[in-house]
Amino acid sequence: MKYRSVFDIIGPVMVGPSSSHTAGAARIGRVARHLFGTLPDKVTIYLYGSFAKTYKGHGTDIALVGGLLDFDTFDDRIVKALTLAEEMGMEVTFHEEAVEMEHPNTARLVLEKGDEKLEVVGVSIGGGKIEITELNGYTLRLSGNQPAIFVVHRDQYGAIAKVADVLAKHEINISYMEVSRRAKGRTALMVIETDQTVSQSICEEIKHLPGMLNVVTLD
Amino acid sequence: MFRTVAELLQIAETEKIPISEVMIRMEIEESGRSREDIMEQMGRNLEVMEKAVERGINENIRSRSGLTGGDAKLIQKYMESGKTLSGDTLLDAVSKAVSTNEVNAAMGKICATPTAGSAGVVPGVLFGLKPKLNPSREAMIRFLFTAGAFGFVVANNASISGAAGGCQAEVGSATGMAAAAAVEMAGGTPEQSAHAMAIALKNMLGLICDPVAGLVEVPCVMRNAMGAAQAIVAADIALAGVKSVIPCDEVIEAMHVVGRRMPTIYKETAEGGLAATPTGRRLAEKIFGSQTSSGR
Repeated sequence: MKYRSVFDIIGPVMVGPSSSHTAGAARIGRVARHLFGTLPDKVTIYLYGSFAKTYKGHGTDIALVGGLLDFDTFDDRIVKALTLAEEMGMEVTFHEEAVEMEHPNTARLVLEKGDEKLEVVGVSIGGGKIEITELNGYTLRLSGNQPAIFVVHRDQYGAIAKVADVLAKHEINISYMEVSRRAKGRTALMVIETDQTVSQSICEEIKHLPGMLNVVTLD
Repeated sequence: MFRTVAELLQIAETEKIPISEVMIRMEIEESGRSREDIMEQMGRNLEVMEKAVERGINENIRSRSGLTGGDAKLIQKYMESGKTLSGDTLLDAVSKAVSTNEVNAAMGKICATPTAGSAGVVPGVLFGLKPKLNPSREAMIRFLFTAGAFGFVVANNASISGAAGGCQAEVGSATGMAAAAAVEMAGGTPEQSAHAMAIALKNMLGLICDPVAGLVEVPCVMRNAMGAAQAIVAADIALAGVKSVIPCDEVIEAMHVVGRRMPTIYKETAEGGLAATPTGRRLAEKIFGSQTSSGR
């Protein structure tokens, strides 16, 4: 089931005008920011389909940048995101792409700071809900029907076991998992799809394990 | 966890609890959060809705495109004349639905129910019925859980996205949700809620999503207005004891099939319907023409 919470239906609280083109866009930006872990110096955004055609009218550009600045969908500062990004030293460029993607509301975000680089493809599927379909060029085979978490961690032995241990303790079953890293011994990423919802408190618990840098949920 | 309206009704009837309570218990179970926490979050959503309703009625709202704004105030002013044809409750709900969508179009803060484009119907009906039913704050929060329960079934079995299912999936779903919730708040049974949802949604089948210039403004604001009116009338019909011949789940499935077979020009692409009228096209050119020249 795609929707698992009443707050997917009565919610999110958001600045308008469109749950898919504004709130969903803000969420894609924010997930990218959390996966990157810090404010990027430079972001290149490629817009596809309906995002490319109507982004100005819906404030999709503003919302994506707001998300990159770590603003939630309901944060009034989203409206001023473009100005704030400039003030905070984040350079953003937009490209309208003509390529047809599988879903009409797709954005590719490339975040950079020094030699750190992260590429994220996000899709806004309706009602403010999003899916991440690609990370650093790897296609994620998430079903989209299950809760998913992303764990950014130091690339060292035992990391996967520690995370799996916490999930097992809370009786959360892993249905799908992917691990990737940019270079040996540096930062790595776990993408975990689960049968049960992973609550914020469990995410916090994982985050506080040694070697964990960030935990991002897709709710 | 319930997947269908039939399952939802069955739980409500066996446990002898209202629909809102079924939804609350499922949320507790699924999320692992406490009842207080969940009720508090819905309470905050309620406050966002109330603020948006108040803003649209009291402030001078205008969207960036200039297409919408000020109509909620106009309707409220007309109500003061005492000469309304459809009556104060209905028009109050209509104006509050309009108010919410006008605030949304102006990049104001709203609560999506189930989407931003259809955010006016549920609060419009709720705050429109408030003077008449005088509900407690808890009853108002429960209204949102009941609406959410029906929306949850639609979202998982059909769609709540205009791009996937047309306006019937957005304003249609919202109208059914609001009708069902209005029944519970007025003291009706879970079964009557389901009939109200079915009756409301039946009359939204086939409704296309044809936004002028691709913006969530025209005809979205007025569609929400009429959605609120239909929701209240559907609730009244169900409360009177009228039953929908086609069961609610089958209406939802019909909506799903209609949405899938609907041509893409009628699914949020702004290529058909009102968006493709001479006026619609002229407005699109005017709005995007000027935005492009000032763009990056």
